[in-house]
Amino acid sequence: MSQHYGLLAEFSNHEDLLRAAETAYAAGFRKMDAFAPFPVEGLPEALGKKTRLPLLVLIGGIIGGVGAYYMEWYANAVSYVINIGGRPIHSWPAFIPITFELTVLAAGLTAFFFSLGLSGLPRPHHPLFNVPEFERASQDRFFLCIETRDPNFNRDQTRAFLQGLSPLSIAEVPE
Amino acid sequence: MSAPNQSPLTSHESPSYSPLGYPTNLLAPGQTYETVNKTIAEIPLSRAPMSWRFGFFVAFLLLMMFLVAITWLFAKGVGIWGVNIPVAWGFAIVNFVWWVGIAHAGTFISAILLLLFQHWRTAINRFTEAMTLFAVACAGSMPLLHLGRPWVFYWLFPYPDTMGVWPQFRSPLVWDVFAVGTYFTISLLCVVSLDFSVAIVPGWHSTIFPPYFVAGAIYSGFAMSLNIVIPVRKIYHLEHLITERYLNNMANIMLATGLIVAYGYFIEAFMAFYSGDIFERYMMMNRAFGPYGWVFWTLMVFNVLVPQTLWSARIRRNTVALFIVALFINAGMWIERFVIVVTSLTRDFTPSAWHMYSPTKWDWMTLFGSVGLFLTLQFLFIRLVPMISISETRELVAEPDKATIK
Repeated sequence: MSQHYGLLAEFSNHEDLLRAAETAYAAGFRKMDAFAPFPVEGLPEALGKKTRLPLLVLIGGIIGGVGAYYMEWYANAVSYVINIGGRPIHSWPAFIPITFELTVLAAGLTAFFFSLGLSGLPRPHHPLFNVPEFERASQDRFFLCIETRDPNFNRDQTRAFLQGLSPLSIAEVPE
Repeated sequence: MSAPNQSPLTSHESPSYSPLGYPTNLLAPGQTYETVNKTIAEIPLSRAPMSWRFGFFVAFLLLMMFLVAITWLFAKGVGIWGVNIPVAWGFAIVNFVWWVGIAHAGTFISAILLLLFQHWRTAINRFTEAMTLFAVACAGSMPLLHLGRPWVFYWLFPYPDTMGVWPQFRSPLVWDVFAVGTYFTISLLCVVSLDFSVAIVPGWHSTIFPPYFVAGAIYSGFAMSLNIVIPVRKIYHLEHLITERYLNNMANIMLATGLIVAYGYFIEAFMAFYSGDIFERYMMMNRAFGPYGWVFWTLMVFNVLVPQTLWSARIRRNTVALFIVALFINAGMWIERFVIVVTSLTRDFTPSAWHMYSPTKWDWMTLFGSVGLFLTLQFLFIRLVPMISISETRELVAEPDKATIK
C-alpha cells in the first residue's frame, strides 16, 4: 500500500470535476486534491479545503501598521526630535501615510509568502508527476486525486468508487 | 448562449456586436483550451519577428541614451539640468509623477476590475501588471537622480545609523520613499499627490489633488496600455484573444476618466477665483495666459478635446485612431504634470523670487531615456514570458457566459 500515493481520476471538463469532488466529499473522503488548468469556482469548497490565509493577512497587516507607526513615533518623537516651526513633535496625521503604506506592504508580503508556504511551494517534485497523463492538468484535463493516507482509502473500493464517477481514466500514482 | 450543459470545448456562437454597436465577445468564436495554450505559449518559444527586433533595437538605443544622461549627471551633478531656485523640481519630478500615474492603471485593472468581477481584465491584466512594474522602475529612478548626492540615497531609509539621526516622517518626500517601495510589490498613488497638496505653493495647496491625480493616472495608464496592446495584438495576431471588446472598454474608461480630469481642470480654475486668494487667482491667470500659457492650451487640446472623439464607436473600433488618441493622452498627461510642477513654481509669491525654467538637452535625454528603459523592459517581457495569463483565458473558454454580454 505504502508505495502508492493515491488514485487519480481524469475528467474532461470542470463541471464533471466539481461534481466528482462533491460526491467524494459526501462519501467521506478528506485527504484529496483536485487539479485543473484554470481556477474553478467552488472547487476548494467542494473539497472541503479551508484556508487560514485571510486571518494571517489581517495579522500581517496589523503588525505592519503598528510597527510603522511605532517606528515613526520612536524616530521623530523620542530618538531624534526636531522642532519645525513649533509644530507638534508627535503629529499623528503626518504619520498616517507611511502607516498605511507599510500596512499594505506587510499584508501583501504575508499573503505572498504564506500562500506559497501553506501550499508547500516551492516544491520541485511531487508523486503525481509520475503519472504521464498528469501533464495535461496544465493544458486541458481535470484531475481528482484521493490519497492513500485518507482513513477511508481502500485500493479496490476507492477505485470502484471513482469508476462510479465515470471518469475518462483512472491511474494509480506511484510514490 | 444559455446552454448550461454545453461542452467547454465547443465554440461560442454569438453575434459580435450588441444592438447598440458594442463589441460583445471577450474571445473570438472557436477557441479551445489547445488553441489558447498554443497561441500564447508559442510566442516566447519561437523566433522573434522582425518588428520585435527593430522595436527592441530602438528601445535599447534609448536606454543607452539614458545611461549616458545618468552617467554625466552623476559626474557633474544636477546643475546640468534646467532646474533652478525656485524651480527646484524640474523634469525629474514631472517624469516621476507621470510614470507613477502610468503604473497606476496596472493596479487598477488587476485589483479593482477583479473585485468588481469584470472579466474583461483577463487578456490585458498581465500586460498591465508588467507595465506597472516597469513604470515604477522608471518612476523610482527619478527622485534618486534628482538627489544632489545620490550615493547617500540610503539616508532616506529609517535605519539605526551611527550619526544618530532619523528621517523626518512629517515630510511628504519621505512618504514617497515608502510609497515607491510598496508600489514595487503592491501599489499607491494618492500619497504622491499629497506631496503637492501638503505644500503651500499656489496651485498645489488643494484637496482635489488625490482624487484628480488618481483619475488622471487611470487615464494615462489605460492610454499607455492601449499603446502597447494595439501593436502587440497586431504583430502577434492576438485579435481573437484580445478582442475588440477589450479595446472598446478601455476606450470607454479613458473617456470617463478623461471627463473626470477635465472636471478637475475646471474646478481648479473655479476654486482659484472662488477662493478670492490673490496668489491663487494670479496662478490661474499665469497658467493660462502667462509665459507657459501655450503649454496649458496644448494640454487642453491633448487631454480634453482630442479624447472627446472617443464618443464615436467608429473611433473606438478603429485601432489606428485609438492608438493615436492614446498617444495624445500620454503626451497630454506628461504636459499636465509639467503644468502643475513648473508653472506653479516659476511664479509663486514675491515677484523678486520668480524665475523661468527651461529644460536642457540632459533633461530631454533623461525623459526619453526613461521611455527607453520602459520599452526595453516591455520588449523583454513580451519576448520571455507568456504575455497573457493562459489559465485565466482558459477560464473564459470553459465558461462562455463570462466571455459574452447579452
